[in-house]
Amino acid sequence: RVCPVRGAAGTGPGRARPDMDLFGDLRRMNKRQLYYQVLNFAMIVSSALMIWKGLIVITGSESPIVVVLSGSMEPAFHRGDLLFLTNFHDDPIRAGEIVVFKVEGRDIPIVHRVIKVHEKGNGNIKFLTKGDNNEVDDRGLYKEGQNWLEKKDVVGRARGFLPYVGMVTIIMNDYPKFKVCI
Amino acid sequence: RKNVEDFTGPRERSDLGFVTFDITADILNGKNVLQSIFDWNVKQLFLYLSAEYSTKNNALNQVVLWDKIMLRGDNPRLSLKDMKSKYFFFDDGNGLKGNRNITLTLSWNVVPNAGILPLVTGSGHVSVPFPDTYETTKSY
Repeated sequence: RVCPVRGAAGTGPGRARPDMDLFGDLRRMNKRQLYYQVLNFAMIVSSALMIWKGLIVITGSESPIVVVLSGSMEPAFHRGDLLFLTNFHDDPIRAGEIVVFKVEGRDIPIVHRVIKVHEKGNGNIKFLTKGDNNEVDDRGLYKEGQNWLEKKDVVGRARGFLPYVGMVTIIMNDYPKFKVCI
Repeated sequence: RKNVEDFTGPRERSDLGFVTFDITADILNGKNVLQSIFDWNVKQLFLYLSAEYSTKNNALNQVVLWDKIMLRGDNPRLSLKDMKSKYFFFDDGNGLKGNRNITLTLSWNVVPNAGILPLVTGSGHVSVPFPDTYETTKSY
């Protein structure tokens, strides 16, 4: 009769199994943790997207937060300032208001002030804009042959603002390598 | 007031108005006469004089005739006499001739250091009528 020797330097399967079990547990736990972290991250991204979409609905503007890109509204707004917009359908456009608009065919929105308004009885409005810091009105910026802006060109009206906060976007645009780092 | 080609915009003849005005204003907080509107969160005021009127063509017209930026620290009292309009007062059409009721109002946009951008209209306003005929040769 042979008794199996315990504690000796045996390399039989009896000896290796407890170790492998422990390691297997660890590996499995890590995978679960990994999936959990991925889900957590996805939830954060989804929530952020939901908040953004919610803002679009509440303000009525396709772009409720914009960054000022040029100095044409100085000294009120400088490059890098953040603007909060609303675009309620029933809000009339009046002289003196600061509007953000897009010229037909161009992607970049422009932030300027309304200096002329002509509104017909049926609600049809045409208006002219000018940057505070510019000498001339914006007719040079509009499309070829276009002399007035209409409600459909408006992205929103500036209601509030925060200075400097938008600088991050500008830095990421000017130095794309920085964006990759982030 | 003349009828000239609007050389700044559409290539049709439109009425061009000439207005001279005086502005006397104290930009103060509505509640307390002594307290200025320039508190710690006001960076500047963008003041503008606008003319509002209606014509056959358009139910509502607003044209900014003059504007000024008043920074914090500037004298909040305005006393301007005999000012000419800074921008051309073109109508969209010929609605200035014989228009009896052009209302001039002074308004301002409060620009804070951070926060909400309100538009405030001053409490006084003036009604100006335009004559029934065009001027021909008066120099501006």
